[in-house]
Amino acid sequence: MNVNYMYSLLAVVVLFLVSYLGVKVGLAPVFGIVIPYLAVIIFLVGVVRKVMGWAKSAVPFRIPSTCGQQQSLPWIRPNKIDNPFTPGAVVIRMILEVVCFRSLFRNTRNAIREGKLVQEWEIWLWVFALAFHYAFLTVVVRHMRLFTDPIPACIQMVENLDSFFRFEILTNNFQFGLPAVYISGFVLLAAVTFLFLRRVLSPPVRYISLAADYFPLFLIFGIAFSGILMRYFTKVNIRNVKELTMGLVTFHPTIPEGIGAVFYVHLFFVCILLAYFPFSKLMHMAGVFLSPTRNLPGNSRAVRHVNPWNYPVEVHTYEEYEEEFREKMIEAGLPVEKE
Amino acid sequence: MSDLPKPTELISRIDRTTPRTGWMDTPVNIRKGMYCYAANPKSVEYVGLPYPHAWNPIEDDWHLPENWKEIIHEGLKVRLERFRSLKVFMDICVRCGACADKCHFFIGTGDPKNMPVLRAELLRSVYRNDFTTAGKILKRLAGARPMTLDVLKEWWYYFFQCTQCRRCSVFCPYGIDTAEITLLARELLNLLGLNIDWIATPVANCYRTGNHLGIQPHAFKDMLEFFVDDIEEITGVRMEPNFNKKGADILFITPSGDVFADPGTYTCMGYLILFHFLKEKYGLDVTWSTYASEGGNFGNFTSHEMMKRLNAKMYAEAKRLGVKWILGGECGHMWRVINQYMGTMNGPADFLEEPVSPITGTRFENARSTKMVHISEFTADLIKHGKLDLDISRNDNLVVTFHDSCNPSRGMGLLEEPRYVIQNVVRHFHEMPANTIREQTFCCGSGAGLNAGEDMELRLCGGLPRAMAVKHVHQKYGVNMLATICAIDRAALPTLMEYYVPEVRVTGVTEMVANALILPGEGERTTNLRSEPLPGMEEEE
Repeated sequence: MNVNYMYSLLAVVVLFLVSYLGVKVGLAPVFGIVIPYLAVIIFLVGVVRKVMGWAKSAVPFRIPSTCGQQQSLPWIRPNKIDNPFTPGAVVIRMILEVVCFRSLFRNTRNAIREGKLVQEWEIWLWVFALAFHYAFLTVVVRHMRLFTDPIPACIQMVENLDSFFRFEILTNNFQFGLPAVYISGFVLLAAVTFLFLRRVLSPPVRYISLAADYFPLFLIFGIAFSGILMRYFTKVNIRNVKELTMGLVTFHPTIPEGIGAVFYVHLFFVCILLAYFPFSKLMHMAGVFLSPTRNLPGNSRAVRHVNPWNYPVEVHTYEEYEEEFREKMIEAGLPVEKE
Repeated sequence: MSDLPKPTELISRIDRTTPRTGWMDTPVNIRKGMYCYAANPKSVEYVGLPYPHAWNPIEDDWHLPENWKEIIHEGLKVRLERFRSLKVFMDICVRCGACADKCHFFIGTGDPKNMPVLRAELLRSVYRNDFTTAGKILKRLAGARPMTLDVLKEWWYYFFQCTQCRRCSVFCPYGIDTAEITLLARELLNLLGLNIDWIATPVANCYRTGNHLGIQPHAFKDMLEFFVDDIEEITGVRMEPNFNKKGADILFITPSGDVFADPGTYTCMGYLILFHFLKEKYGLDVTWSTYASEGGNFGNFTSHEMMKRLNAKMYAEAKRLGVKWILGGECGHMWRVINQYMGTMNGPADFLEEPVSPITGTRFENARSTKMVHISEFTADLIKHGKLDLDISRNDNLVVTFHDSCNPSRGMGLLEEPRYVIQNVVRHFHEMPANTIREQTFCCGSGAGLNAGEDMELRLCGGLPRAMAVKHVHQKYGVNMLATICAIDRAALPTLMEYYVPEVRVTGVTEMVANALILPGEGERTTNLRSEPLPGMEEEE
C-alpha cells in the first residue's frame, strides 16, 4: 500500500464530499462566492510573495550549464542557443525551454544489459508532459469565455480549434457529439492518467514520489473529470454558470438557481488548486524563468558578473609565502623580493 | 585493488530494485570502500575552517558541537538569501525523474539515493521542514523531515558521493544543478568540520605552498627540472623554464597533479616542450610560478569562500610578476572556477591586458574580462595558423578517443578546441557513443575530491559508464589511448582503465602535441615522452 498516493487520493475524495454535500445543504454561496474569491487572493498573493522571495535572493555567480560549444575562436562554430553568449540568445534558449521543454526532449533511459550499458531515447515523458501542459493551457483559455463579455475573438478561435474534431453518435436514446467535443479535456485526462501511472508503475519514480506529487494529479484529474461530466453527461446550464462567473469578475456575485452540485465540485477543485499552487511544486511554472543555470549567458570570461555580497577574504599573500620559504628559494635560485 | 570484486562481478551485483521501505525510512549505511576518510583536524584548523575535530564516519558519535542543529539551520538560512539558485532549486523540483538515471554513481551502484533528485531531496526535506509553510503544517505529507543525526550522516555520505559533474542538470527541465546543491550542502557540512581528508589536506597545502601536494618552491623547481633532464634525453634539446619571472609575457598555471604523478607528468613535459618551442621560434616568454602553482581549486569542494581564497593567488601572482595575461593548463575544476567564478570573486583583472596571442595575433574575445586563456584554445589557434611544426606520424601508434572532462564541457562548453588539436596531432581518432560525450559526457567517477584510495569501490562504480563507453570504442576501433584535458582524469582514469579496459592508457592532449612537435635543433627522436619507441623505431630498441 503506497501511503503517499492513498493520502492524496483520500484528500481529494474528502474535498469532493465537502463540496458536494456542502452545496446539498445549502452552502452554495460559500462554494460559489466566498471560496473562489479567497482562492484567487491566496493564489495571487502567494505567487507574488514566492517570486519576490526568490528575486530577493542574490545571484552571486554566473553558473549556466552549457550544452554545446562556447563562443571562442572565430573559426569554431559555437552553439549559440545551448551555450548562449548574449542576452538575446538566452531569451531564445528560455523560450525553447518553456515552450518546447527542450531539456526533457533530450531524455534518455539506460539500463545495464548483459554487462553493457545501453541507452535509449526516452520520449514519452516529454510527449505527455507537453500534452498535459498544452491541454491545460487550452482549457484555461477556453474557460475565459465564462469571464468575458463579449467573448474576444482569440478565445473563440481557440475554442473552435479545440473542437474542430467533431463526431456524433446518435441513437434513439443516446446522443454524443453534441455539443462539440473539446479535445483538450480528454487529452488532459489522458495525460494526467499517464503521469499518474508512470509514478505508480515505474519503481524509481515511485520511490521518489511524495504525497505532494500525487495530490495535484488527483486534483487535476478530478477537475477534468467533473468538467467532462458536466459538459457531456449531466449537462449543466451554461447560461447560469456564466451568470455566476460574470458576477464574480464584476464584483456583483450572485448564485443563480439550477446549477447542479457537480459544478460546485468542479469549481471547488479549481479553487483548491489555485490556493495550493503557491505552496507547492506547481510553482515550477514561475521558477523555470528564474533558474540561474538557464537564464544567464555563458560569457563570464568575457563580461564580468558582479556578486552583490562579495566580501574580502583572508588570503595567503606572496609576502607571507616568501617569508616562510625565502631561504630555500634563494638556495634553489628562485627570484625573491627581499634578499 | 586486490580485495575488490572482478569487473563482471561488480557489474552483475548492481541492483536497481528499490528498497521496500520509503527513502526517509531507509537509514544510511556508511560502507567501507564507499567513503573517504574524515578530514585531518590539523588541515581544517590551518585554514581556519570551523570546528576542527577528530571523528570517524563509521563510529556512532561524530563529536559534534552541542548546537550543531542550530548551526546547520542558520547556515542554510544564510545561503538561501545568498544564492537564488539554492532557493529556486529547493522549491521547483517536480520529481519528474528525468535526472534519475543520468548520474554515474546511480548507474554504477543502483543506490536510489544516488539519483540526483533524491540526493537533492535529502537537503530539500530539511529545507521544507524548517523554511516552508506547507512543510511546517503537513510535515511528512509535504515531504518534510526534521534534522537528525541520521539525516546529517546521510548528507555527509551522499554529498560526498557526488562529483559535481552536472550531467543531471543537462536533462532537468528547470536546470536544477545538483553540483550547486552539493557544493552548498558541503558548505553546511564544513560548518561542523565534516569534510573529507582528500579535500581538507589539499586545501591546506594549496593555501600554504600554492599546490595541493604541499610541494615547496625549491622542490617544485626541482621536479620540473627533472623533466627537463628527461626531455633532453629524449629530444637532445635542453630547455630552461622560467620560474617566478617578472616581466614575462604570460603566466602559466596548471594543476600540480601534472607535476607529480604519471601520466600527468608527460603532459607537464608537453607544456615545457611547447613553451620552449614557442620561445625559440617566436620569442614567447612564459613563466611558471611556485606561489600560484596549483590550478585545481580544492576550495570548490569546500565552500565558495575557500574557493575564492585559493583562487586569489592567480591574479595576485599575475599582478606581482607583471605579465600580460594568464594561460591555463589542462584541468577540469580549475576551469570551472576560472570560467564561472574567478572574475566575479577576484576580478576585475584590469592590471592585465586583453589576451592576444603574440604569435598569431588572435584576440581571445571570449576571455577579455578574466584575461585567462585555455591551453587548448591557445594551441588550436597556433595549429590553425600553421605555427607549429608537427610530425604527426610520431603518434601513429595511438588510436585515440577523447574524454570530455565534465567541468570544461558542461561548465564552459570547451568541446571543439581539444578535438581540433587532437585531430591535428594524431591520425587515428574515434569518438565514443554520442550519449557519452560532449555535454552528455560521463564523469571519471573521482572528481570533486573523491580521488582517494580508500573509496576505490565507489570510484569504480562511478567510473563504470565512462569505462563502458571506452570499452566500446576499444573493441570497435582498437582504441588504445584515452585523451583528456583534466588532471583528475589523468589521475583517476588510469585506475579505471586498468580495472575495466586494461588495453587502454590515458594521456593529456598536450603530451601528444609535444610528441609530434619538431623542436629546433632536436636530435633524431626514437622514443616518445614515455620513453617508449616511436612507430618505426621499435627494432632499434
